[in-house]
Amino acid sequence: MLVVRRRRIALRLEWRSVVVCTLLAVVLAALAVLALMAGSYELSPGQVVSTLLGGESGIVREIVLHWRLPRVAAALVFGAALGVSGAVFQSLLRNPLADPGVIGFAQGSYTGALIVILVVNGSYTQLAGGALLGGMATAVAVYALAYRHGVQGFRLIVVGIGVSAMLGSVNTWLMLRADLDQAMAAAAWGAGSLNGVSWDQVVGGGACIAVLLLLAALLSRAMRQMELGDDAASSQGVRVSPTRLALVVVGVALTAAVTAASGPIVFVSLVAPQIGRRLARTAGITLAPAAFVGALLCLGADYLAQHVAPTPLPVGIITVMLGGGYLGYLLFTEARRRL
Amino acid sequence: MNRSARLHLESATIGYDRRIISEDLSVAVPDQSFTVVVGPNACGKSTLLRSLSRLLKPSAGQVVLDGADIRTYKTKEVARQIGLLPQTSIAPEGITVADLVARGRYPYQGFIRQWTETDEQAVAQAMARTAVTDLSGRLVDELSGGQRQRVWVAMALAQDTGIMLLDEPTTFLDITHQIELMELFVDLHEAGHTLVAVLHDLNQAARYGTHLIAMKDGQVVAEGAPEQVVTAELVEEVFGLRCLVVPDPVAGSPQVVPLGRERSRLRPRERQL
Repeated sequence: MLVVRRRRIALRLEWRSVVVCTLLAVVLAALAVLALMAGSYELSPGQVVSTLLGGESGIVREIVLHWRLPRVAAALVFGAALGVSGAVFQSLLRNPLADPGVIGFAQGSYTGALIVILVVNGSYTQLAGGALLGGMATAVAVYALAYRHGVQGFRLIVVGIGVSAMLGSVNTWLMLRADLDQAMAAAAWGAGSLNGVSWDQVVGGGACIAVLLLLAALLSRAMRQMELGDDAASSQGVRVSPTRLALVVVGVALTAAVTAASGPIVFVSLVAPQIGRRLARTAGITLAPAAFVGALLCLGADYLAQHVAPTPLPVGIITVMLGGGYLGYLLFTEARRRL
Repeated sequence: MNRSARLHLESATIGYDRRIISEDLSVAVPDQSFTVVVGPNACGKSTLLRSLSRLLKPSAGQVVLDGADIRTYKTKEVARQIGLLPQTSIAPEGITVADLVARGRYPYQGFIRQWTETDEQAVAQAMARTAVTDLSGRLVDELSGGQRQRVWVAMALAQDTGIMLLDEPTTFLDITHQIELMELFVDLHEAGHTLVAVLHDLNQAARYGTHLIAMKDGQVVAEGAPEQVVTAELVEEVFGLRCLVVPDPVAGSPQVVPLGRERSRLRPRERQL
């Protein structure tokens, strides 16, 4: 346990979490440099680092700062957002299956964005708004449908899966009604890709995500307390209902912010909190390791999709493959442990 | 009710949604008492405890703490006065005993004030008093039922409240651990805590409690010292059970011996054997 005490400040951190997060940050930095080097115009690590530090000029500077960096930054920020979003839901519902993708919120964001693309043919801001509204409306609907003397975790997951399936068919119907060009654009976006990400989206989305991550950090102590059960938490002074509502809003908004910019990048939010928890060996779900692992998964998957796959793929396809594999491994070891 | 009571319920109507369980219920928790609430299933004893612990809001009337409606306090302020051992709690996966006990310090902490020396001392003390110090590095999932319940008590103790509410604390334990836990509560009571427990076992209630509250159909039927409350007439009235009440041969407290059916009683000839 690492304890820091100065006047009014008294912080307490787990050594293992601190070490794990530091190591993850180092790996992330290395992977980011690697991603900035790769491409049809290959650069050396030295060129990349000196550009980032303000050196270099001309074509190298253009390639690093304007072509490749937005994509890398987006992968980092969006990955962290997805990791935290998943951590919030898994902690709230005390279930490793609780994930914005599984319980329909991501589908709802997609529906909202699809409507914007197909009906309004809107800009990025409108798209983001649509995704956010769609996600929130789905969350409200799932919450209301699962409400019976308060919301119980497992019921919410089951209702969410049902709503998710219904929204899936709504999405298909929307695509069928659209004309070919729009449908193709929507489908490409729907696979989850960082291809078209520009600096504007990274800065806009990043600012929203930064605020949301700060809120999540502020709520994290109450969230941790609620893992003990609602009765225990509320007898210890947590205002359970408003806190839960705030956490749901933050979790949905984080997913929606990412979905709006890149389309649904699934499985990161499902897998990152669990990997983070196992690496840091924390009690329950913690946000920081989930954020770092999320960023690593997203950046790693995008690197594979762009540079290792025979033809460049949307990052969402790689995360599905990696995440699905991991989930299978998880279920396998879990089953072996229990039998 | 001449004795002073920091915590009491004033003509409260409590229940879930539209199902009213108690109407116009007034109950006081005498200070420094070990109050035990007894009664048949669904008599409203858990609901009473839940409203005292502020988990359930009365639809009429109020819960009064230190002379003011409990709703006028900040939630963390109440949490520094009243602690609760809930009927069911969940230990997060992979949590150690020391970590779980430390969570009891939540009402004293903030975002940048997470772990003061006072917190550290309170946790160490709570673990010592419940004899779980040796387990501090163990995972809660690996403990036996009795040990785990002591850890939850330690967490509630770390909260450092004058009043502690215990919702059926012994229900899932075997008899040895039940007695061990009850004697731990006696120690806490003697150290100055006011305790309120909901118990199923009348004999344990009479032996360890100092103030008994018997409830039926959402209302208090009798309250007072165990000797006054646990009588054959009252047990029959409240529980519908015919019984003999004899002094406990060890503690001298009233002990309930059910009469049961004719067939289950010994005949005179067998008794001689």
